[in-house]
Amino acid sequence: MSWDLAFDIAAGICFLAGGFLSLAAGVGVRRFPDLLARMHAGTKPQVLGVILGLAGYGFRVRSGPIIWTLLLVGLFQMLTAPVAAHMVGRAGYRTGKVDQDLLAVDELTMDLNEAREQTDQPD
Amino acid sequence: MIVVAISGAMLVTGAILAMLRVEKGPSMLDRVIALDMITSILIIGVALEAAWNRRLDTVPILVALALVGFIASVTVARYAAVEPEEEARIKTPEEVAADDAEREALEEAIAAHEAGEDEL
Repeated sequence: MSWDLAFDIAAGICFLAGGFLSLAAGVGVRRFPDLLARMHAGTKPQVLGVILGLAGYGFRVRSGPIIWTLLLVGLFQMLTAPVAAHMVGRAGYRTGKVDQDLLAVDELTMDLNEAREQTDQPD
Repeated sequence: MIVVAISGAMLVTGAILAMLRVEKGPSMLDRVIALDMITSILIIGVALEAAWNRRLDTVPILVALALVGFIASVTVARYAAVEPEEEARIKTPEEVAADDAEREALEEAIAAHEAGEDEL
């Protein structure tokens, strides 16, 4: 088996895994009940799916400069996805989209209450 | 070939399911995370097409999408406010027709009023 064929098979596996992640995320975003669960599902293709897709593309073209550009794309994606998720989660919490009944533990509310008690105490 | 077809079908199905969530809502934050997901699926799709044809000229598209894809969610999330349930859904065709009729009646009233002013 030649290296070319092996790399092409690796690329195919990467793309199949990336496509499956996208499909699973689509099902999750469609069916999950509240905002945080949907965010959990929606971030699957955003990081791992994109990285698998870029790895598949890199295995297929096999040229030096392109690999570096693809690494850059993956880096940008990993830098920007948490920013977006943080902003969406914060806005969701503040506008009351987070359903308390579905949470096992809500550390943010606990910490906020604790901080409020501390600031309310007289000196 | 078969791998490309299967991966493409899974990507398209995922994007369609996300699009259904965009249509359903119920809040703008749900819509924006679904749109973010569609952007990521678009990146994978462009990479898949480029890998199939072994082309190198679409790589700048990947860089641009990865760089600016998050701006939409950050902007929407920054200006998100508590929205009434009534405003979060898409109107039915009957409601749109009723709104249109109301607006047309108002415009006709304004036109009639202006015509009356001209006569004076």
